[in-house]
Amino acid sequence: MKLEELVTKCQNKDVVAFEKLYAMYAENVCGAINIIVKDKAIAQEICQDVFVKIWNKSDTYDASKGRFFTWVLNIARNAAIDKVRSKAYKQGKKNLSADYFVGILEAPRDESKDIDSKGLRRLVKSLKAKCIEIIELLYFKGMTQKEAAEELEIPIGTVKTRNRSCISQLRENIKL
Amino acid sequence: MNTTEYITSGNLELYVAGLLSEKENLEVHAMALKHPEVLREIESIETAILELTKTASPGLSQDFLTIRNRLDIRAETKVIELPKEQTNWLTYVGWAASLLLAVGLYWMFTQNQELQTQIEVAQEENQKLEQQIAESNSSLEQSKDLLQTIRDKNIDVITLGGQAVSPSSYAKAYWNKEEKKVFIDAQGLPEPPDGFVYQVWSLKLTPLTPTSIGLLEDFATDENKVFALNNANASEAFGITLEPAGGSKSPNLEQLYTLGAVASS
Repeated sequence: MKLEELVTKCQNKDVVAFEKLYAMYAENVCGAINIIVKDKAIAQEICQDVFVKIWNKSDTYDASKGRFFTWVLNIARNAAIDKVRSKAYKQGKKNLSADYFVGILEAPRDESKDIDSKGLRRLVKSLKAKCIEIIELLYFKGMTQKEAAEELEIPIGTVKTRNRSCISQLRENIKL
Repeated sequence: MNTTEYITSGNLELYVAGLLSEKENLEVHAMALKHPEVLREIESIETAILELTKTASPGLSQDFLTIRNRLDIRAETKVIELPKEQTNWLTYVGWAASLLLAVGLYWMFTQNQELQTQIEVAQEENQKLEQQIAESNSSLEQSKDLLQTIRDKNIDVITLGGQAVSPSSYAKAYWNKEEKKVFIDAQGLPEPPDGFVYQVWSLKLTPLTPTSIGLLEDFATDENKVFALNNANASEAFGITLEPAGGSKSPNLEQLYTLGAVASS
């Protein structure tokens, strides 16, 4: 069944179609959240909430305004960022030094053992730090080009071209 | 801008990140529908992000059932129809019930009004009946009095027979000499014409001397037609004549209706 059909059925509150969408995207959504919160248990908890939100808000999705995964990623990102900004999270994570998502590779062993660290390493191995930075800012922190430019202290026009080349590298790594 | 330029612009990467404006999103969407290579490029970018996120997944803590249990069950397609219909049905029943209630209340109100009117009518009738009973009682009292009076042992009963003017007429006189009273029972006399009145006379026979003892006033309205008059005369006979209203000094013998002599004791 095509994605568009599943989304439409899901918008009509078809639980079977929603279960298929869950099977398709659950790992990605939970992974994206994990990249942001860098905590397995918290990521899993938020991931559940996010799928309930996706179900409840599915009728607000409009294919002409973007990809379904983009819409899902936005919900996941907002939920995860809200968590990261919460007082409880900040207190629990004050000793966590890793700033970017490769940081989860360096997290204590018991927290990272479930992730596909081998696969992640393969994907990011040849990526320069500036690529990891810009991908994280644009895809997982939800920053605008302007905000990312300010954060990275680069011209706004460079954001778009650097991102393009970094994503191209990532695509190359996947083929490997 | 040709499709290659479009693909390499870096906009499609931002599109997947969800960082384009609404207008730009619509533009990309239109381009993707028009040019399959644009769509393919978008899908490749998305795949890269999907791969990246997937490798970062901490694993799924729960199966879908856990999430399913948290979904708003009422929002499910198959279940949605029935409650909706039930709601509609309930709504109709609700309206019907309130309409029925309104009609019922109105009906009861009308019934109540009617019953109250009936009660009022019944009460009026009761009053009338009570009055009639009271009247009958007093009338009975009167009749008893009357009977008592005429049964008195001192009463002389004189029958006054009809005369030439009105042979069928009659009257009776109950004379109590002791009390000097005479009761005229004028039941057998016709109603006097307008402007006329019956006058009762005490008669002495030798020589014939009439003395007026009174008028039978308000003849028509008197129910028992018994009139009490004073008579101190040593009457030998009684006669009743029709006289002009107010009575006459001497009787008009042409209008002598009844006459009767007192039996000599």
